[in-house]
Amino acid sequence: MFHLSEESFGYRDTPVLKKISLQIQPGEKVALVGESGSGKSTLLSLLYQRHRPDCAYVPQEPALVRSLSVFHNVYMGQLDRHNSAYNLLNLAWPRKKQVAAIRTLLKSLGLEDKIFTRAGELSGGQQQRTAVCRALFQGGPALLADEPVSAADLNHAEQSLSAMTAHFETLILAMHDVDLALAYTQRVIGIRHGRVVLDAPTQGLTRQDLAFVYRDAGAEA
Amino acid sequence: MRVQRPEYPAAVKVSLAFVGLALACLAVADLSISTLDPWTELQRMAWGLLTPDFLAIPSLWDALLKTVSFALCGVALGASAGFLLAQAFHWGPVRWLCAFVRAVHEIFWAFILLQIFGLTPLTGILAIAIPYAGICAKVYSETLEEAPAAALALLPAGSSRISAFFFVRLPDVWVHIKNYTSYRFECGLRSSAVLGFIGLPTLGFHLETAFGEGLYSEAAALLMIFYLLIATLRYWMRPRLLPLYVLAAPFLLGAGAEMQMSNLLRFFTQDIIPAPLRNADLGAAETWQALAEWLQYLWSQQALPGMIATVVLTQIALVATGLLALGFFPLISRQFMGPVGRRLGHVFLVVLRSTPEFILAYVFLQLWGPSMLPAVVALALHNGAIIGHLLGRYSDQLRLRPDASRGINRYGYEILPRLYGQYLAFLFYRWEIIMRETAILGILGIATLGFYIDSALSEIRLDRVVLLILFTATLNIGIDSLSRQIRQRLRLSHQIRET
Repeated sequence: MFHLSEESFGYRDTPVLKKISLQIQPGEKVALVGESGSGKSTLLSLLYQRHRPDCAYVPQEPALVRSLSVFHNVYMGQLDRHNSAYNLLNLAWPRKKQVAAIRTLLKSLGLEDKIFTRAGELSGGQQQRTAVCRALFQGGPALLADEPVSAADLNHAEQSLSAMTAHFETLILAMHDVDLALAYTQRVIGIRHGRVVLDAPTQGLTRQDLAFVYRDAGAEA
Repeated sequence: MRVQRPEYPAAVKVSLAFVGLALACLAVADLSISTLDPWTELQRMAWGLLTPDFLAIPSLWDALLKTVSFALCGVALGASAGFLLAQAFHWGPVRWLCAFVRAVHEIFWAFILLQIFGLTPLTGILAIAIPYAGICAKVYSETLEEAPAAALALLPAGSSRISAFFFVRLPDVWVHIKNYTSYRFECGLRSSAVLGFIGLPTLGFHLETAFGEGLYSEAAALLMIFYLLIATLRYWMRPRLLPLYVLAAPFLLGAGAEMQMSNLLRFFTQDIIPAPLRNADLGAAETWQALAEWLQYLWSQQALPGMIATVVLTQIALVATGLLALGFFPLISRQFMGPVGRRLGHVFLVVLRSTPEFILAYVFLQLWGPSMLPAVVALALHNGAIIGHLLGRYSDQLRLRPDASRGINRYGYEILPRLYGQYLAFLFYRWEIIMRETAILGILGIATLGFYIDSALSEIRLDRVVLLILFTATLNIGIDSLSRQIRQRLRLSHQIRET
């Protein structure tokens, strides 16, 4: 489903990804691990740009419209499924059917009581869950999520990750928290300085096996 | 022994250059007082101001309602058109059209519209709506660019543009658009009042009559009502009531917008055609010879002297505005004043801000006779108060260390250096507005472009009127782009609303 061979990518003169080759099949649940600045986000957004019509995306910054309610922010995931008139009607007077559907999703993330709160008034963790919920509502075959639980406590993080794995057949998660990454995925790709330095099944991997991905940057030279 | 001094920053050098230019302009400007006894007249005015007579004007309420109605209709129409134009603002021709319509002052639009629609409500409404559409389009489109780009990039691939607009682009910037529009409405009230000076039945009309007849108590009452109207704006201009107001306003203005096609046709096919070309043999060499002479005359006798006078007056007024603003802002600033002082400072600045330059200039002209002096004082007071107000608010946000100096030392060492960039940005934004206004003040008898336009109008030479207005607009657009370049060169912030 996702396929990269020897691809390099960078901003201006700074290369971020160096000759990356990747092959991800439908149905795989993959964790991208690596230090911040290693190129995980760039890799995810590159994949998103290439496969936008099939992918839902949870960016690192929740990218919400602050003056709209959680309900409307989540509804945006399906703006393409309805005509503009229906969308505008739902903007002014939320439709019962949509409210019910979104309420169910919010419930699974523990955010039900915030459904009509303006996104700008939420805490960082709540905003992040709203962004996750928008992606769940959008649906589709694959989800790309960039640190989707970085601001959540363990309980909420597990709720979010279970919901994401349940809703999407294919999943690529950029994660900081190694233990969570190992618990919800079947394959780990380690990125360091823009290169793939590890690509292995999760089964049997331990924290220690991943330590070298995070090893001090100076060691490589 | 030579003492080493730090080099002045670019912002200071630019300021000094502008001051130098203004001094050079002062040398050629006519600033004489030509009235025989200005002081007696001033005393009478002051007395009038102290004894306002609210009962002397039977049509006061009517004038008030009409002033508000013109502003409402004009701004509602202008802002709506501006909102639509903002959607296509990235397209060159729309941008140029907007730059042109806003470079022409409301009163000049009224001059043109009077020829087509006569002295009808439509003339007043469109005179406000047309330039405001251009201004709003620019500001709205700049505002919409601040919409959250990240959320826009995340929408599902097939979302329609309309849905994307209302869900993502509009919501977060809506409050800015609302604030700017209500600020525009306040400007609209001033424009509407001033349109009375050219015959529309608003406050300006009664003001001119009262001043003309020396009835200063009546004039004072009219002005005070006007201040009250603006000061209480936030109490009666509620978003919920707005639809009601907009629906009611056209009825309050009455009928009479009967548009005559023949007028429209005559205006475009006869009136504005340069005189030498009208009913002339276009094949004959003499026709074109005559046109060249006509243009030569218009350029050398009217357009050029008018433009020079406009620029001279603008440069003096700009620097005078800047100096006054520096003196005004401490009056409302927490850094310098206690609560009582600030309250008084606010009243003082609100009165100056709310009085249109045109009315101030008209008053000073009655006192001192026609020269550049009344215009400079009027422009500097009004604009100085606006910039002083903005600077005062800005200075309140500055955090100083607890042991910072006080008084004049605080002004010179702590505050002024911190807000100087902002100050210059405000002034450069104001530059073009001062020039628009300067051209208009010609109507009062000062030899700027407006003077020649007004003369041509009273001789019913509309071909000259239109050409001179085009020159005025070009000059304005030129200043606007020069100001933008200077702001970019000095890296002054480019997002300032409400100036």
